[in-house]
Amino acid sequence: MADTLYTSWGRFPQIAQQGLRLAWRGDELPEPLEGTSSLLPYGNGRSYGDVCLNRGGTVIDTRSLNRFVSFDAETGVLRCESGVLLSQILELCVPKGWFLPVSPGTRYVTIGGALANDVHGKNHHKAGTLGCHVRALELLRSDGSRQLCTPDENADLFAATIGGLGLTGLVTWVEIALRKIDGPLLREESIKFANLQEFFRLSELSDADYEYTVAWIDCIAKGASLGRGLFARANHTDSKSQVVDVDRGARVSVPFQPPFSLINRLSLKSFNAFWYMRQRQKQHTRTIHHRPFFYPLDTIGDWNHIYGPRGMLQYQCVLPGEDGRAVLRNMLSDIASKGSGSFLVVLKIFGDRESPGMLSFPRPGVTLALDFPNTPDVFRQLDRLDAMTREVGGAVYPAKDARMSAESFQSYFPRWKEFAGFVDPAFSSSFWRRVTGDKL
Amino acid sequence: MSQVLVIGAGSAIAEATARIYAGRGDRLFLVARDAVRLDIVADDLRVRGAEQVDVLVADLTDHDRHAEIIAAAMDAMPELDIVLVAHGILPDQENCQQNVEDTLYSIDVNFLSVVALLTPLANQLEERAKGTVAVISSVAGDRGRQSNYVYGSAKSGLDAFLQGMRNRLSKSAVHVLTIKPGFVDTPMTAHIPERGILWAQPEDVAAGIVKAIDKRRNVVYLPGFWALIMLIVRSIPETIFKKLSL
Repeated sequence: MADTLYTSWGRFPQIAQQGLRLAWRGDELPEPLEGTSSLLPYGNGRSYGDVCLNRGGTVIDTRSLNRFVSFDAETGVLRCESGVLLSQILELCVPKGWFLPVSPGTRYVTIGGALANDVHGKNHHKAGTLGCHVRALELLRSDGSRQLCTPDENADLFAATIGGLGLTGLVTWVEIALRKIDGPLLREESIKFANLQEFFRLSELSDADYEYTVAWIDCIAKGASLGRGLFARANHTDSKSQVVDVDRGARVSVPFQPPFSLINRLSLKSFNAFWYMRQRQKQHTRTIHHRPFFYPLDTIGDWNHIYGPRGMLQYQCVLPGEDGRAVLRNMLSDIASKGSGSFLVVLKIFGDRESPGMLSFPRPGVTLALDFPNTPDVFRQLDRLDAMTREVGGAVYPAKDARMSAESFQSYFPRWKEFAGFVDPAFSSSFWRRVTGDKL
Repeated sequence: MSQVLVIGAGSAIAEATARIYAGRGDRLFLVARDAVRLDIVADDLRVRGAEQVDVLVADLTDHDRHAEIIAAAMDAMPELDIVLVAHGILPDQENCQQNVEDTLYSIDVNFLSVVALLTPLANQLEERAKGTVAVISSVAGDRGRQSNYVYGSAKSGLDAFLQGMRNRLSKSAVHVLTIKPGFVDTPMTAHIPERGILWAQPEDVAAGIVKAIDKRRNVVYLPGFWALIMLIVRSIPETIFKKLSL
């Protein structure tokens, strides 16, 4: 069934998506399936909302484009097809002493999807987004042309394609610069903090000396404890200590979809309190393999199923400046008072390294990410959060969105009209039609 | 380190299998019809760690070229440990019923060209008294069904040919493996809309092939549950079977 093959990770919206596969990068771009109007590349379906869906259109499944093209173990320059998963890059490169320059929260995304959403990670304050490390790419357009795009050649098409949500054409291959490492391990410190102020202080103290920083917060705590949580900071290490590093993929799986969401007020409250209390000491240091550090959720297969048949909505915003900090406080109060939110609520300070991407999401400020079960109230709540984000000139991450208004999108991404000029005429997506108000 | 000849290297199962050998640092020689695709696969295998990858473009229905293919492979890889024969097509049954040419062409690709290739190869391996020949057949060869008996009969003929060859070459310690995959999610089957629990990924089938070669198995169903399914399918009496719509 087509609709089980092509879903997004949030499982909302649920549409019967038709798709076809492109097996070879030398092949021509396929025509949309009969009765459908447009094309959209589809990677591994790990974006949450509708940037990877094309209702009434055809998606081009790129997962067979999973070949490496070249790798220079001296310089760390890797060229591979767009359907290669980050997990496959790690398998190849980590034993040779190289690591992804930027890692999102799951390794089960394709490099093409990572590029199209210009993903960021725990090292954004130092490394910027993935797009900052892309050296070249090939774009297959519906006019049959193949465009080599680099920061110098076809630079504007390159900038449109980085974070371009797959709309500028089909990326056949990508060349990225990897980061040298001395081994697969990291040295991680986890520090308990009592409130938001402490989070900001810890970030300021840590961001210069630690390549990776991120905080988990207890989204249920209110009042003086608002924004309490655990701050993680880490660096790669050459430690030779014996940490198990067999890639067992998902160790457990959510075996079936429960008929309702397991995330509710009660389960959230107990989990958040438990997780905060679990670490007894103020500070805990350990040597950790890169997999549990970067991809803790990858050990639970199909974790998105715990939200039940109605799926979930993710919300990730970035709030710039001093005003952003005040707004963050209001947002967290709003979330805590509703008892909504999720197990994994994440805060991080973005740095000022600019991505070449025209539609790139990260910008200097504090970013908050969390998910909500799909309940009747959640849309109103997210609209409230959007109003707050707009108020301080922030932005919401398209990769995680399924509902932002056209008005919000256009205020978050002021270059959207310029970007629209680079969209391939045969390409479209559910997201794109929604946020442009179908006016294009 | 092994030396592996892959015939039909453009097939998804062959490619996935070659990746496992490349990851082991083995030497590979790839034969396929499409030059562009062949180079794409070869580059990938080099990055994945193959010690050496050579390629040869050939249409396997051109039987006259088989001797040249074998000679070139043995020239590049004098120790030739493993030969994987993976080329094949899945013809449209209805089309074949209306068109003798299409029927015979698919019999050629799926059966005759393999026989033509294995005939000289068997003699060479017999003489050297070592090596493995692994050939991709299909569960479709276990019983003729109305929905794909042109394909199935070619694979069935192939099964009997391999049985006999195994019997003969066992005396010279040459290993002959018959591989019977079920439904595999590849470009060859991309036109079939349904995807259920019976479908396997080429990577899983590839892992099964390498394991079967390592363990010198004779016949392997991949995934393994197909052995049971086909046992049942084979045991249905013909008087009943002929009335079913399979």
